[in-house]
Amino acid sequence: MLNFTIRRIILVVFVALTVSVIAFFLVRMSGDLATALAGEDANAQEIADIRKIYGLDRPLVVQYGDWLFGALRGDFGASLYFPETVGELVAMRLPTTLLLAFSGLLISLVIGIPFGVISALKPDSWIDRVSMSIAVAGQAIPTFWMGLMLMVLFGLILRWTPISGDDTWQHFILPSFTLGYYSTPPIMRLTRSGMLEVLSADYIRTAYAKGLQPWRVLFKHALRNAVIPVVALASVQFGHMLSGAIVIESVFAMQGIGYLAWESILRNDIAVIQAILLIVCLFYVGLTFIADLLNAWLDPRIRVS
Amino acid sequence: MTDNSDSNDKLIPEKVLRSNITARIFRRISAHTSILIGGSVLAIIVFMAIFAPLLAPHDPFDQDLSRRLLPPFWMEDTNPKYFLGTDNLGRDYLSRLIYGAQISLMIGVCTALLSGIIGSVLGITAGYFGGRIDAVITFVITTRLSMPIVLVALAVVALVGGSLHAVILVLGFLLWDRYAVVMRSATQQARNMDYVSAARAIGCPTWRIILSEIFPNVVNNLIVIATFEVAHAILLEASLSFLGLGVQPPDPSWGLMIAEGKEFLLFDPWVITIPGIALSILVLAVNMLGDGIRDVSAPENRN
Repeated sequence: MLNFTIRRIILVVFVALTVSVIAFFLVRMSGDLATALAGEDANAQEIADIRKIYGLDRPLVVQYGDWLFGALRGDFGASLYFPETVGELVAMRLPTTLLLAFSGLLISLVIGIPFGVISALKPDSWIDRVSMSIAVAGQAIPTFWMGLMLMVLFGLILRWTPISGDDTWQHFILPSFTLGYYSTPPIMRLTRSGMLEVLSADYIRTAYAKGLQPWRVLFKHALRNAVIPVVALASVQFGHMLSGAIVIESVFAMQGIGYLAWESILRNDIAVIQAILLIVCLFYVGLTFIADLLNAWLDPRIRVS
Repeated sequence: MTDNSDSNDKLIPEKVLRSNITARIFRRISAHTSILIGGSVLAIIVFMAIFAPLLAPHDPFDQDLSRRLLPPFWMEDTNPKYFLGTDNLGRDYLSRLIYGAQISLMIGVCTALLSGIIGSVLGITAGYFGGRIDAVITFVITTRLSMPIVLVALAVVALVGGSLHAVILVLGFLLWDRYAVVMRSATQQARNMDYVSAARAIGCPTWRIILSEIFPNVVNNLIVIATFEVAHAILLEASLSFLGLGVQPPDPSWGLMIAEGKEFLLFDPWVITIPGIALSILVLAVNMLGDGIRDVSAPENRN
């Protein structure tokens, strides 16, 4: 396990570096930073001066190294539109997105795991089929449209929830649900198949044979083993939600990093896009690492290959 | 099992066996039903898209502000000439919806083809050659999986400018991961088969082994993944267009129609309801077809 962990850490570092290279060059290709910094009506001399002052005349590799070392210290440069530095800006907006992704994940786990367990206990019963059908149908609904529909129904017609913003916990209800419903089916499926596998294992039969109460067998013996891959999946899903937040936040006008990313992409605010891309990618890398470790811990075959 | 059945018999194989048989029958039937339903709905939408110029009652680009936001047929004050009403620029909604099917299908199919080619080449190469080549390609796959699709796609589309071609290229170069992962492991299995060793023994060139021995045996995986990636690409295009960084106006992309209708959500929610339902039906049909094909061809992959 230690060996596997070390190998994985080395891989993660290399992937993270590659991703940072992509984040830097991808965004830098999108335009001349000096022209953007100088503003609309700058002449050639001013642009050349700015290029000099900001060090944009140096080789790209040097600039990348500079950016990366800055980023490691939390210094992502200056935004073109906001008075705050990019670091402060992201630190200010990140909690909203994390909260949104976390509550979205919570919703999909709270719905997905119980229904997965019930489906596994009674495979091919009506509840199994109905929940699977809803899952298949739900996967076909675009999240942004689901968000708008919920907004119309609960915000405009029933007036139960606020429709946009992120000031109170009520503001998070619709966006979290919108984000959560889409990740529910994979979690439900994995819980179901994991439980089906575990329930047919010998040690479960032994547990029943010992005369343990069924609920005890179910929760202490079966679910505990079936849920580890689900936790691993949930960790990856959390990353997807951070990225999916870009759509949800712009639907509900929530001031998280997703909305910030969208605004910045539309205005070509390069430093902000680079920072958000790097941070979300690093979250992805970290979360996938956790998922890999969990899966490897559970299934020793993965460690050796 | 034995005669004296007690409460613990809930777990005896007989019951499991019986439920397995009903389960298998049910799955077989439901697989065919979902192919049938998904396939027919998809066929109708494809038909609509191909014959859009004949089917659409009006020009989808024809604006007329005097007839803007006419309601669809189930509401009051409708104009029978505009069955599904008109949008905020007075363009016929039904015609835009029909032409929109072209865009969604084009994006779905072209993206799935492009990403399918990239992913299969990477996956088969990694799986067949193994060793250092495999390590490099696995690294590329891992890196790709560490990048958030929506964010990267938005940034790249912003870079090259939004258009149908840009969206297809960007999504095509992003959505190959599942093909690569599956083709890699399928090839690893096929590589060790006797017929491959036999081909190698008689001196077949590598490209020939890959094309005529390996590929035909891993290709069935492709079809299933491709259907899911078609659905995935359609949803992503809609999201990108909704965010203003996909297909550009005045093209009638369904995602764009929802974005354009967003400001009329309060008084005319049908403006976003109609294209959203169209999108959901299309994606559901593609997914059902994919689920069905998977269950019929490889039931063990169901879970």
